[in-house]
Amino acid sequence: MSRLLPLLAFLLLASLFGFGIWWNTQHDQHEIVSPLINQPAPDFQLPVLGDDARKVGKASLLGKPYLLNIFGSWCIECVHEHPMLMTDAKTLGIALVGYNYKDEPDAANAWIAEHGNPFDVIVADRDGRQALDFGVYGAPETFLIDAKGFIRYKHVGPLTPDVMTTELKPAVEALAKESP
Amino acid sequence: MIPELGQFALILALLLAIAQGILPIVGAWRGNAALMAVARPAAAGQAVFVTAAMAILIWAFLSFDFSVAFVADNSNLALPWYYRVTAVWGAHEGSMLLWVFILNVWTVALAALSRHLPQPFVARVLGVLGLLGVGFLAFIVFTSNPFMRELPMPADGGDLNPVLQDPGMTFHPPVLYMGYVGFSVAFAFSIAALLGGELEQAWVRWARPWTNVAWAFLTGGIVAGSWWAYAELGWGGWWFWDPVENASFMPWLVGVALIHAQAITEKRGSLPAWTILLSLFAFSLSLLGTFLVRSGVLTSVHAFASDPRRGLYILGFLIVVIGGSLLLYAIRAPKVAGGKAFAVVSRETAIMIANLLFATSAAMVLLGTLFPLIGDALNIGKVSVGPPYFGFLFVLLMAPVVLLLPFGPYLRWGRADGKSLATVAARAGIAAVICAVAAWYFADGKLRAVAGVAGAAWVAVGTLSYVAKRWREMPRGRRFPAEMAGMLFAHFGVAVFLMGVMLSESLSVERDTRLAPGQTETIGGYAFRFDGVQETTGPNWRGDQGIVTVMQNGETVHVMHPQKRIYTRGQVQTESSIDAGIFRDLYVALGEPMDAANVEGPWALRVYYKPFIRWIWLGGLLMTLGGFVTAGERRFRAKRVAASETPTEPAPAVGKATVA
Repeated sequence: MSRLLPLLAFLLLASLFGFGIWWNTQHDQHEIVSPLINQPAPDFQLPVLGDDARKVGKASLLGKPYLLNIFGSWCIECVHEHPMLMTDAKTLGIALVGYNYKDEPDAANAWIAEHGNPFDVIVADRDGRQALDFGVYGAPETFLIDAKGFIRYKHVGPLTPDVMTTELKPAVEALAKESP
Repeated sequence: MIPELGQFALILALLLAIAQGILPIVGAWRGNAALMAVARPAAAGQAVFVTAAMAILIWAFLSFDFSVAFVADNSNLALPWYYRVTAVWGAHEGSMLLWVFILNVWTVALAALSRHLPQPFVARVLGVLGLLGVGFLAFIVFTSNPFMRELPMPADGGDLNPVLQDPGMTFHPPVLYMGYVGFSVAFAFSIAALLGGELEQAWVRWARPWTNVAWAFLTGGIVAGSWWAYAELGWGGWWFWDPVENASFMPWLVGVALIHAQAITEKRGSLPAWTILLSLFAFSLSLLGTFLVRSGVLTSVHAFASDPRRGLYILGFLIVVIGGSLLLYAIRAPKVAGGKAFAVVSRETAIMIANLLFATSAAMVLLGTLFPLIGDALNIGKVSVGPPYFGFLFVLLMAPVVLLLPFGPYLRWGRADGKSLATVAARAGIAAVICAVAAWYFADGKLRAVAGVAGAAWVAVGTLSYVAKRWREMPRGRRFPAEMAGMLFAHFGVAVFLMGVMLSESLSVERDTRLAPGQTETIGGYAFRFDGVQETTGPNWRGDQGIVTVMQNGETVHVMHPQKRIYTRGQVQTESSIDAGIFRDLYVALGEPMDAANVEGPWALRVYYKPFIRWIWLGGLLMTLGGFVTAGERRFRAKRVAASETPTEPAPAVGKATVA
């Protein structure tokens, strides 16, 4: 009997892997629950893209909910995501803040000029250091931050129509109900 | 046309692997010498075609054949030729081809060096290796074809992941795979022994050099990977408990247990079932590592590919290989405990304790690595346990190993002599206390540094005192047989490694700083003066290069040039500058200018002072050396000597003991 134990242990492990493969087909690979959800957003303070003298940060954005979208001109997925920001995201009724991540300002401006600017303001994090506090894996990523400065929702990877209707919109509506 | 030949070569290799996997095993079962004789030519044929496929893929990279999707995805016109060669294993399809190629290297070596072994046994071993080849070749041919065309052909390709564009990456994967795949030989030996019902343990002796060489390669590969992460990732860390690192570390831990267990079984005939089980585990964990990295079940910074079809295939393959071999074990493992009796205080006991600790560590790492997956299964969300879990438990499990280690060589097989143990304990203990006091003084009482120095002194003095004993007591020429020399190298490597880990972890100074040209930051007695940034270019990147002058007592020690590269495809990559030294590394990574418009102004810099960090890899290299030296033992090449005929050694003359 004891000689069967390794086999049984392995079969248990194999079923766990089988489950893992099944789980991944059911879920988005990028769905990693952030420990930051329902936590205060990191206290960031960054220069506005193209205007280093002006700083925008958590403090100046308090009072209204906003969507923080991490993007970069080097990011190919961002190009795919951009139309969603240009159309659907604008109808959410909250401010859109662009977070230009590890980018050259000139390249970022050129990219915005080419693809359009859906953002109310764009901040630039050139070395990506501030993004570490947000637990950013890469671009694109999107954070929904409420009026009190708490992170309420996070999405890793491009926003798709599906994500928009099933996740982001309900999250924004929930915010609206909370604080009329 | 030529890429199609590559694909064709892979299909032919698959067919030959099927022949190599089935006919010799049937032959050995039926006692048919003609069928058994198929093994060597089939193995040679498979190797020829796999090598041809490998050469064709390299050629496709060298000749910029962007009609091959894999080439187009991973190289471009500006990529230097040496990185175009290493791009072959820079992504999923090619690295699987490398896996099979290395399996063939081992198979051919085994076929060539096994003439003195009984034919049925060799037939079974080569057959098992053939079956493994079938599994991986079919995986490549059906799910991961590196020769897939992409039409119309793009004018230029993508890029090799910039983190892989580093000299460390040229040899890290092949060396690591030599280790991973090398455990397939010990695995095949065990399966052959189970199939053939070998009554004597002679096969363990034949397996030992192969296992030691595989383990040495794995050690070397892990060292190279750790060094690469340190130099290339720009964080100054050397081990991250990342799933992919863990994937290579688990077989390593089991490998340590295995090479010691093999010594017991070979010399004393004890624990044959445990040795077989460990060799199954070592290779299973290698396969598991491949699965974890390739299947997308766990996401990690390394995860190049994730495709559920591939995941399912590998899972099926794992179930057949691991499940099948464990089933065979359950049915055929040696029933009798066997071997010579041993007392509580004996080398056998020490090795068994260390074995259990290493096996438990491997299980601990496996559990931690799979934790996010278990979290999903129990519906508590993806949770990672991370370095705090691994660090704490690993130290806890390895501390007894370090304590036992100096006794290893002194312990006799069967029953040890308490007096010599007391002597070595006294010597190593006194050395440890003296060094601890000295460390307390120099390291400002940092507990980890003190513990590290004491542990290292304990192991080093224990090991060296055994070297002295051999030198005194044995005649010239018989003092250090290869097996023992290897053991001593590896054990001494543990001391060096310990010293490096504990001192660099506790005494490092890491500072993120902002410096304007001309400003100075002083850490660890070194003044780092930032002298500004200039532009620089490489074959496929442009970048900024900082100039940092390091001074000690007013004299210039070194001028460092950390870079921030922007590759043609837009990826940004930090090239840290490292001034290496035996007792300390100085490490500078260039961040970003504080003000993008003014590169003449202040920049963000990361400046590290890392004492003794090089000892980590030096220790690893000593262990690697130990593995290779041990494999050179002449006794392993002897023909059949049943375990019972081994002369009982009055002194514990030869043998790897306790831990490495």
